Amino acid sequence: MRVHLGRRLHVAVTLGAAGALLAACGGGGPASGSSTKLTDNKIVLGVLNDQSGPYSQLGGKNVVVAMQMAIDDFKAKYGSKAITKNITVISADHQNKPDVAKTDAQQMYERQQVDAIFDVPTSSAALAVADVAKQDKRLYFNISGASDDLNGKSCNKYTYHWAYDTNMLAATTGIAATQNGDKNWYIIYPNYVFGQQMRDGFTAAIKSAGGTVVASADSPFPNPTEDFSSLLLKASTLSSKPDTLGVMHAGADLDNVVKQYNQFKLKDKGIKLVVGLMFITDINALGPDALAGTQFTDPWYWNFDQTNRAFADRFFAKTHARPSFADAANYSAAMNYLTTVQTVGSDNSDKVVAALDGKHINDVFLRNGTVRAADHLVTHDTYLAQVKPSSEVTEPWDYEKIVKTIPADQAYAPPSADCHM
Amino acid sequence: MAGFLEQTVNGLVNGGFYAMLALGLAVIFGMLGVVNFAHGACYMLGAYGAYVVLHSLGLPFWWALAIVPAVLLVFGMALERTLVARLTLLDPLYNFLLTFGVTLVLQAVVTWHFGPAANPYEPPAELAGALRVGSFVYPEYRLFVFGVAAFCCVLAWWTLSRTRVGVVVRAATERPELTRALGVNVGRWVTPVFGFGIALAALAGVLAAPVQAVSPLMGADLIIVVFAVVVIGGLGSIIGSVVTGFAVGVLTSWAQAYAPAVVGQLLIFVLMAVVLLVRPAGLFGTQEAPV
Repeated sequence: MRVHLGRRLHVAVTLGAAGALLAACGGGGPASGSSTKLTDNKIVLGVLNDQSGPYSQLGGKNVVVAMQMAIDDFKAKYGSKAITKNITVISADHQNKPDVAKTDAQQMYERQQVDAIFDVPTSSAALAVADVAKQDKRLYFNISGASDDLNGKSCNKYTYHWAYDTNMLAATTGIAATQNGDKNWYIIYPNYVFGQQMRDGFTAAIKSAGGTVVASADSPFPNPTEDFSSLLLKASTLSSKPDTLGVMHAGADLDNVVKQYNQFKLKDKGIKLVVGLMFITDINALGPDALAGTQFTDPWYWNFDQTNRAFADRFFAKTHARPSFADAANYSAAMNYLTTVQTVGSDNSDKVVAALDGKHINDVFLRNGTVRAADHLVTHDTYLAQVKPSSEVTEPWDYEKIVKTIPADQAYAPPSADCHM
Repeated sequence: MAGFLEQTVNGLVNGGFYAMLALGLAVIFGMLGVVNFAHGACYMLGAYGAYVVLHSLGLPFWWALAIVPAVLLVFGMALERTLVARLTLLDPLYNFLLTFGVTLVLQAVVTWHFGPAANPYEPPAELAGALRVGSFVYPEYRLFVFGVAAFCCVLAWWTLSRTRVGVVVRAATERPELTRALGVNVGRWVTPVFGFGIALAALAGVLAAPVQAVSPLMGADLIIVVFAVVVIGGLGSIIGSVVTGFAVGVLTSWAQAYAPAVVGQLLIFVLMAVVLLVRPAGLFGTQEAPV
C-alpha cells in the first residue's frame, strides 16, 4: 500500500515539476519582440470561486459565462484596435477553503499568467487571495467576498472591492428594518469572518436606529448537518423575547434557514424574518412565497430598467437563468479592467491602478459608481428590495419589487481609518 | 417549558436520522465487517430519489417512501455482489477505500446531472401544518419523521431478536465460522443484509428531503456524525447504534439551546473521545478476544 502511494506521489511530483518548467518556457517565449506592451501578448482573466458548495449557485460557473460576455463585448467594441485578440478566462473551485484559495491564486498568478483574479466568495478565502495579490503585485477584483476588512485593515493597492460589503448591508437593511418597527433582534450567523462581521455590523446599525439585539447564536460553517432547527427553536426559549430574527447566513445555508423558519411557524409566534444578504438565486431556490414580503438590500436587480434587462436577456440565452448581482458585477469589473488596459496600453498592474483610482463609472452594474482611491471600495447606488408573493410574479425570476434607491453616499461608510494602502 | 419540550422533541427527530443511518451501518459492519463509507452517499441518493419521483414521475411523497428504498435495495445488493464482495477477504481498509471511491463517483454523477445547488422539496401537503398544544408548536412533518424512524428501529430490533432470520443474522454477525460449521449458509444472507442497510439509508434520505436542502453533498458531512454515533454505541452493536443515535440527537439539541454554540457542535466528538478512552468497545459493544 505504502509503496504504491509513494511511487504515485513521486510520479505526480515529477510530472508537476515538468509542467512547471514547460509553463515557464511558454510564458517567457513570445514576450520579447512583441509590439504591444502586454507582458506575454495576451490577457488571462482568472475566476476563483465556489463551484460545488453552498455558494456555487449565487455565481459559480455562471460567472465564467459573464466574464466571457465581457471579453466578447470588449472585442466587439474595439475590433482590430483591441490591444490583443488573445483574451481568455480560466476558472478554479476554491471549495470555500482559504488555504485552497491561496494555492489556487498563486497558481493562477505565477504559473498560468493570469493578469487579474475575479469574484472569490467566502470572506476568509477572499482575504487570503488579497494577500497573494499584494505579494505578487497582481490585480484582484473582489466581487462576492463581503468582508469590510478587504477595504479596511486588509486593504491593499492591488485589491478592489467592487460590489458590496458587510458595512453597507448593515447600514441599509439593518437601519431600514429597525426604523420599520423591528426593535428586538435575535441574530443567527455562520461562524466565520463574514458572519461575525455581519453580526457586528448589524448590531451597531440596530443600536444606532434605536433597537436592541437580545441574543445572537452561531452555526458552524460549513454546517455538517445542514440543520438549523435548534438555533431557530432557541428564539422562544430566550428570557427576553425577540420580535425579529436576523439571519446572516448566505447561499444554501440561507435557503435551509428560511425553509426551517417557515416549518417552525416562527412568524406565527410573532418573530419576523430579516435577511442580511440575499441573492436572487436564493429566492429562485426557495420559491417567492417562502420569502414574500421580506425586505433586503440588492446591489443590482436584473429587471430594474431596460439596460439591466438587455444584459439579463443575453445572459439568459446562455445560461437559462437570470443574472445575480454577482454575475453582473463580475461582468462590470472585467469590462472596466479590459478597457483600462486598452486605454493605458499596458497590463502593468501599477499603471492600471493609477488609471482606475478615483474614476467615476456608470455601466450596466454601477450607477453613480466611484472607484474610491483611499480604500479601493467601489461605491454605487444600491436598492432596498422586497420579495413579491407569487401572485404578483408576472414572469420567471420576476421576484423583486424595488422599494427605494439608496444613493451611493448613504449606502457606504467613509473609508476606514484602518486601511493603509 | 414549551421551549424545552420543543428542543427535546427536535433532538429526537434529528436523532431519528442518526439512528436510521447508524442502524444500517451497524448491521452491515456486523455481517460483512465492512465500514461502508458510501452510506452517506446512499442517503443523498434517497433524497434525490424523492426529488425524481416527484418531478419526473409526478408521484407524491408517499410513493417515494416505497419506491426509492426498493430501488436502492437492488442497487445495494448489486454493489455488494459486483464490488464489495471481491474485497471482503482482504484487509478492511480495501473496502473502506472502495466505498469511499463509490461515494466520490455517486456525488460527481449527481452533481453532473442535477447541478451542485440545493433543490427545493416541500413537505407533503397533508403534513405541512404544525401541531399546537398551548405554546408548544412543532411541525407535523418532523413528528412524522420521528414516527417512521422509531418504527423502523423497533421493526429491525423485533426482526433481529424474534425471527429466524434475526437469529441467523445475529449468529453470523458474532461468530461467522461457528455459524457456518452448524450448517447455516451465511453467504446467502450477506447480500440482502447489505441491501437492507442501503435501503434504510435511502429511506432516511427520502424523509430528509423536505427537512433539509437536497444537495449532492448532504450525506458527505452527515456521515461523519453518524460514524461518531456508531463508535459511541459500539461498532456492530445494533441496539447501541439506535439508542446512541437518539441520545446524541437530544443531547446536541439541549447543548445548542442552553450552552454556548461551540459546546453543541463539539459535544458528539468529545463524547466519542471519552467513550473511546473509558470503554474502547463502545457503550453497548462487547470486547472481543482476538481471533
